[in-house]
Amino acid sequence: MSGYPQSMQESLKKLEQTRSFRLTQDIPRMNFETREKLLKACHPDFRPDSIEEVRVGPNKGQKLSIKLVDLLEAKSRIDPARVDLSRIDYDVDVLVVGGGGGGVSAALTAQENGAKVLLATKLRMGDSNTIMAEGGIAAATQGNDSPDRHYLDTIGGGRFQNKRDLVSVLVHDAPLIVEWLKDLGCMFDTHKNGDLVVSFAGGHTRRRVHSCKDLSGLEFMRVVRDELYNRQIPVLEFSPAVELLLDDQGKCAGAILFNMETEEHIIVKAKAVILATGGIGRLHPSDFPTTNHYGATADGLIIAYRAGAHLLHMDAIQFHPTGAMWPEQMLGQLITEACRGNGAQLVNKNGERFINELETRDTVSSGILREVRDRGNGIKTPTGGEGIWLDTPLINIRGDAGKLDRMFAGIVHRFGEYGIDVRKEPILIFPTQHYQNGGVEIDPEGRTSVPGLFAAGECSGGVQGRNRLGGNSLLDIFVFGRRSGKSVVEYINKAKVGKPTLQHVVDYHKQLDAAGIKTNKTSPLLLPDYIRDEVKERRYN
Amino acid sequence: MAEGLIPIYVMGKRYEVPEGFTIMKAMEWIGYKYTRGCGCRGGFCGACSTVYRLQGEYKLNVALACQTTITPNMYLTQIPFYPAQKALYDLDKMDNLAKALLEMYPEISKCVGCGACAKVCPQKLRPIDYIAAALRGEWEKAAELSFDCIMCGLCASRCTGELTPYNIALFVRRFFCKHGRPKPEHLIKRNTDIRAGKFDQAIKAVAALSDADLRKKYDARDFEKL
Repeated sequence: MSGYPQSMQESLKKLEQTRSFRLTQDIPRMNFETREKLLKACHPDFRPDSIEEVRVGPNKGQKLSIKLVDLLEAKSRIDPARVDLSRIDYDVDVLVVGGGGGGVSAALTAQENGAKVLLATKLRMGDSNTIMAEGGIAAATQGNDSPDRHYLDTIGGGRFQNKRDLVSVLVHDAPLIVEWLKDLGCMFDTHKNGDLVVSFAGGHTRRRVHSCKDLSGLEFMRVVRDELYNRQIPVLEFSPAVELLLDDQGKCAGAILFNMETEEHIIVKAKAVILATGGIGRLHPSDFPTTNHYGATADGLIIAYRAGAHLLHMDAIQFHPTGAMWPEQMLGQLITEACRGNGAQLVNKNGERFINELETRDTVSSGILREVRDRGNGIKTPTGGEGIWLDTPLINIRGDAGKLDRMFAGIVHRFGEYGIDVRKEPILIFPTQHYQNGGVEIDPEGRTSVPGLFAAGECSGGVQGRNRLGGNSLLDIFVFGRRSGKSVVEYINKAKVGKPTLQHVVDYHKQLDAAGIKTNKTSPLLLPDYIRDEVKERRYN
Repeated sequence: MAEGLIPIYVMGKRYEVPEGFTIMKAMEWIGYKYTRGCGCRGGFCGACSTVYRLQGEYKLNVALACQTTITPNMYLTQIPFYPAQKALYDLDKMDNLAKALLEMYPEISKCVGCGACAKVCPQKLRPIDYIAAALRGEWEKAAELSFDCIMCGLCASRCTGELTPYNIALFVRRFFCKHGRPKPEHLIKRNTDIRAGKFDQAIKAVAALSDADLRKKYDARDFEKL
């Protein structure tokens, strides 16, 4: 029995009829120039209502995501005049902000190198985009592959805008990071002889994505979190950083945390801070649904920006080609790229393919938007949505009858709950916001433009350029988590950090006034606002 | 009742919410703003464990609030946190998994095989089976049977032997994957070369290309066959 409504059956029939033809059909990849044209015509980044100029701060005059600018041009959540900075609650060497893969690997590494570390996070330990990553981690570990090949794929994927020194260390460290995770006891997919299984992801010329079934991020996260607990590194949950502290020389000197349950503020004095606060997804750039976790509200970018850190590529947002479009309850949720990496094809309402499924994500998403919006070839849902088929049964046809159950158990299970058997029927998909390509600009040691402030993972910018390849994010968080955790210790061993102040916040408020920005809005946002207007109105406040 | 609305009971209190919503979206529609009880919103993190009964039925059901559609007359509550037992250990200093397991988690022998855990797993896992596999020393089986665990805590909430099954499973998986599997020779070889600087020159060379040469090289790449 079909898990789809009657209105979608005709298109499903066409999809089945063309399957054997499509199995041998070759659609060549676009060259770089053709890809650029497609992006400019169809990618949401190029929509005039996606970006706007920011009027204050280190990136003044540049165009960034509107949703971010809105929060950058807001006031601090705290009134600097009312904060007593002499009441220090924690005095540590290194404060790590963020409890995902980047923050945890930074904390582990800083502690290994002798630092007294405190980790603070907004939700529970591990609540992050890391835990949701499905596909896996990219690294050139195979005989037919090499780090320089990985370099070329990554920088072309980023449309040649990546910081080259960051890409160099990313691809160099990649196999070392896979080994580090394996030695911590992560359950990688392996062949019988112990060799690691690798899959394709879009834009990669070799199979190089190492997976733990379709729950790779969950596996990495629960293992590194367990290790953090074993090493007894202190953790503060439900305590996001709402402002950084700087000394009178402009060096980072700690942060103010906010206990979300008691609504008290916590003053942390630190010789250095590592930001690993993740991305922007829950601000819903270009008003797309998102695959991101509940806390992805760009907090780290806001507080780093007020402290003077430069942002990079914050007009480049990643839309993942395959977010779920049906059933409605799953709208926007991620369907891993590994499906396409293992042979699933994208098919329009007439049963036709329209793009090489292993192009880079920006390209495939733009191709889908063109197919649905410009060419009218989308499949309509009963509730007014439109999408494209992801022909998942091909994974078993190309592999073996058990492959979907073995490698994509999560997807089989989640759709099974709604009566859709992805072994027999395709999944309806549409692009969904997935990743913030840019962030706080860093160097290969994780340093930002503010002395004593480091950043790692999705909140940092430069390594992915304007578009990230699949498998490069689980890699990025651990490479730069480890690197910043090491270099932060070298920094604190030399740096003389003075008394913490909030002068930069006072100055930032003056800049807002000087730019004529009158606002009652405050930031960082901390949590997205999903309360209906009708409810808000009746709160009468 | 307005058309398209169905009644649910949040911690005993009645609300009418639109049909078709997940529990999480229904809670937000009512006007709850989550701090606890909401994490990834995608079924991976275990933050939104929920237990519910349908009016008039004795059976206790479980759900992830972000993944489960509401049904009429659900009496629900979320369990955002459940106290857990977690042993501290250093994998580098251990070589006997069976011994370590019994020392760190002696309560594992209190599993009476009641199967209550298997009735409350939102991932449809059977902790009773992976605990049994671990007791028999079948490490690989225990690892496989527990792999999909999201550590939501519901099994621990129902265990009559007071075990924390998911922390036991995590320890077994980590130990087994670190010490019990054959080594990936290709990875060891690659990292020997990387540590010896064997790829440094090639990385430097590609990073030093002009923009135009880099683009040319990019368009001329050869792809491994799918």
